[in-house]
Amino acid sequence: MEQLAVLNYLAFFLVFAGIFAVMALGLNLQWGFTGLFNVGVAGFVAVGAYASALLTGPPDPERVGGLGLPIFAGWLGAMAASGVAALVVGVAALRLREDYLAITTFGIAVVIQLVTLNAEWLTGGPFGIQSIPKPLAGVLGTGFVWNLAYLGLVLAVLGAAWWALERLVASPWGRVLRAIREDELAAASLGKRAAAFRLQSFVIGCMLMGLAGALYAHFVGYIAPEDFLPILTFQVWAMLIVGGSGNNAGAVLGAVLVWAIWSVSGGLIRELLPAAEQARGAALQVVLIGTLIAAILVLRPRGVLGERATVSRHAGDAG
Amino acid sequence: MLQLVADGLVVGSVIALGAVGLTLTYSILRFANFGQGEFMTWGAYLAVSALAFVLAVTGGGVMEPLGPFSFGWQLVVAMLLAAALTAALALAVDWLLFRRLRRGNAITLVIASFGAALALRNLVQFLYGTLPEYYTREIQIAVRLVPRDVLGGLRITPDQMLVIGLTLALMLALQLLLTRTTLGRAMRATAMNPALARVAGVDTDAVIRATWVIGAALAAVAGVFAGIVGQIRPMLGFELLLPLFAAAILGGIGSVRGAVAGGYIVGLAESLAVPLVGAEYRAAVAFLVLIGILMIRPAGLFGERA
Repeated sequence: MEQLAVLNYLAFFLVFAGIFAVMALGLNLQWGFTGLFNVGVAGFVAVGAYASALLTGPPDPERVGGLGLPIFAGWLGAMAASGVAALVVGVAALRLREDYLAITTFGIAVVIQLVTLNAEWLTGGPFGIQSIPKPLAGVLGTGFVWNLAYLGLVLAVLGAAWWALERLVASPWGRVLRAIREDELAAASLGKRAAAFRLQSFVIGCMLMGLAGALYAHFVGYIAPEDFLPILTFQVWAMLIVGGSGNNAGAVLGAVLVWAIWSVSGGLIRELLPAAEQARGAALQVVLIGTLIAAILVLRPRGVLGERATVSRHAGDAG
Repeated sequence: MLQLVADGLVVGSVIALGAVGLTLTYSILRFANFGQGEFMTWGAYLAVSALAFVLAVTGGGVMEPLGPFSFGWQLVVAMLLAAALTAALALAVDWLLFRRLRRGNAITLVIASFGAALALRNLVQFLYGTLPEYYTREIQIAVRLVPRDVLGGLRITPDQMLVIGLTLALMLALQLLLTRTTLGRAMRATAMNPALARVAGVDTDAVIRATWVIGAALAAVAGVFAGIVGQIRPMLGFELLLPLFAAAILGGIGSVRGAVAGGYIVGLAESLAVPLVGAEYRAAVAFLVLIGILMIRPAGLFGERA
């Protein structure tokens, strides 16, 4: 039984790491490949989680939604809802200087947080939404086997997202993104419309975050506003910066590493500190993450795995 | 109606003070500093500690209220100490972090300020806990300025009037500093063209230090004001960050009078919207102002470039 508990914990850990990795991949498309600074990750994840919960959940007389649709439809809805939110923000902010996007995404995350807290007819308010259906729970139960099956599902989604992104960034579309990031004027003079490419990259990245939110909602079965606090945004940023932005492998590696650091330090705080000091310990844990972001930026700006230099295979001959 | 305007002016004063610091660092250091809100929080909390210290040193331990206000001279001393300490904190963060990243991409500085803000906010929570603090438990009687039958009437406490008055005085002083002194001219020159300013003999490092000192000290004062008219909580500055950005962009980045006007507009908009959307959506109003100005006039009211 002891071994089973450890394995079960490991499955839990990997499911969360996988969900974070999907978010980090979305952020990597925006920041790593396009240079867009999104400070509203938590907001877009929340939109996806709530959208899927409302579409697939059982009806509730207290609020709208509860359509009882299949879970797959919920995921598509999550991606669509996050994409629409991203479109609104992107159209307003992307044509302006780059840090306006940071401020606007920060703003939309604050507003989404307010809506989740206060719009009880839609989101259930501070108590959130319960009994979000777990896929195949009727067949597999909700124990270890189900956790393992869900891990497989998360890894499949992560693999699909990875494959699609690798194809995308290696395609002519991805080359244009990097060209815009490096030198917008040069890209524009070759006839590439920077604003349109940026908007596409931003919306696709946010759709991945929404999908990750839906993955989270159906794994835990319960979502509330406190699941999507700004700290989530910081965690995903830490993952991307630690792993190395501009590299999908780096994003995934960073997700596993930072989530491991976070889980272990959280566990230590729970073990070592008396109950009265837990809140202060949690605050210290966040100080650690903030300092980690800052230190990596100063000491190793490329992260553990930096971006691979992509040079045309014809360039070698000339040199 | 009038009451909402008065409340808006009080909140607007706090936003204006913070936004001025934000707009200065934005135009001279060239990045959006997400840590500005935390300087407000730190200012408010450092004043709590400084007040305890001043009260302990002067003996007594009790603060005798000054005239009609809820606090005594000790809080004024504590506020000045807190402003100096917050300025030192800003210089330390700059020295440890931002200075090393200035050569790179501007957006790296934004991320760094994000990490720094996170660390600073939670450090406050670690040191002081999450329970709200107050400078004084004195209860103030609001003065009725306008009788109830004229537009709903207006009641305001002496503290609130002082906050509005001091904010305007500070802004006037800052405007004079920027337009009439050598330092002010050097700051404006650096904001316009750092390379040219350096060629002309401006010590841009000194200008950057002065910018941090002014921005952080004003933020600390704003934090103390917020604490005088409300509660001191670890999230105080974070919750004001969106209104600060809205005000700074509304006024036009780099424009001090723009940031002041923006601060009051955002404060008034938030207050006047409360009866329509409810107090819980206050922060969303700042966001609407932000989106609106970005759509219609991204350079801001007084700005030239976007």
